[in-house]
Amino acid sequence: TVLTQFRSKPYRNKRLSNAATMSLSAKEKNIVRDFFKKVSSRSEEVGTEALSRMLTVYPQTKSYFAHWKDLSPGSPPVRKHGITIMGGVYDAVSKVDDLVGGLLTLSELHAFMLRIDPVNFKILSHCMLVVLSMLFPEDFTPQVHLAVDKFLALLALALAEKYR
Amino acid sequence: MVEWTDQERTLIANIFANLDYEDIGSKALARCLIVYPWTQRYFGGFGNLYNADAIMNNPMISAHGVKILHGLDRAVKNMDDIKNAYATLSELHSEKLHVDPDNFRLLSDCLSIVIASKMGYDFTPDLQAAWQKFLTVVVFALGRQYH
Repeated sequence: TVLTQFRSKPYRNKRLSNAATMSLSAKEKNIVRDFFKKVSSRSEEVGTEALSRMLTVYPQTKSYFAHWKDLSPGSPPVRKHGITIMGGVYDAVSKVDDLVGGLLTLSELHAFMLRIDPVNFKILSHCMLVVLSMLFPEDFTPQVHLAVDKFLALLALALAEKYR
Repeated sequence: MVEWTDQERTLIANIFANLDYEDIGSKALARCLIVYPWTQRYFGGFGNLYNADAIMNNPMISAHGVKILHGLDRAVKNMDDIKNAYATLSELHSEKLHVDPDNFRLLSDCLSIVIASKMGYDFTPDLQAAWQKFLTVVVFALGRQYH
């Protein structure tokens, strides 16, 4: 069944930078756009909860926030930052057709100023998936999960583009 | 040896006390096969896996998901020696089934996400931390006998 799925898809010309990635199909891009539209009314909640959770479940991530007074779940700096991050995710959704190009400035920020180890993008992505699953159990079907997982992985790659 | 706090033991015991194996086990495996389609390589004899709907309605996959979930029972019963409790299962997965151990991590992630969808906010950050620590230990033990 894996082989038949592979053979039945037309060969796609991939840009060199996409060669190692699993890029999004048109259908998956629509799934991502539609799902994040549904999420938008609770996007702040998602951002706050995902970040709070990351700091608790993966305490090593707190190393990037030593300058915050309060790292407890749902604290004001955590809330504010969760909202900032979700803003970035929504920006990426609008630029899903060219994440690398669209997120160039954000990548430079992360590469030269923030210098967050890219492994943490995976960690935060996982926390986002958990929260999306918690808050949208009916809508976060396996097919949506697949598209969003791929999208977040591509987002992370675009953010890491300028690292070295 | 892994150190468990009393709180972690309680949190994990609570998950298992309320676990609907039929529901969670079947959903977790189906989700894994859909989200990470290369994992289907181990299920050649399991009938129709052609698309997401087929996978989600496949009774062989459901049954196997439940079986896998019950595989966690021995970890709960042997929290203080999970490594040895899984020695034979680890050998089985390595020598007989030839499963890449990274798949254990993929399935664990899907399991956490399915449980989160069922529990909503009851899946607190502390609970997620304890649960994922538990799964990490099991995953490590399952990969231990590979050579």
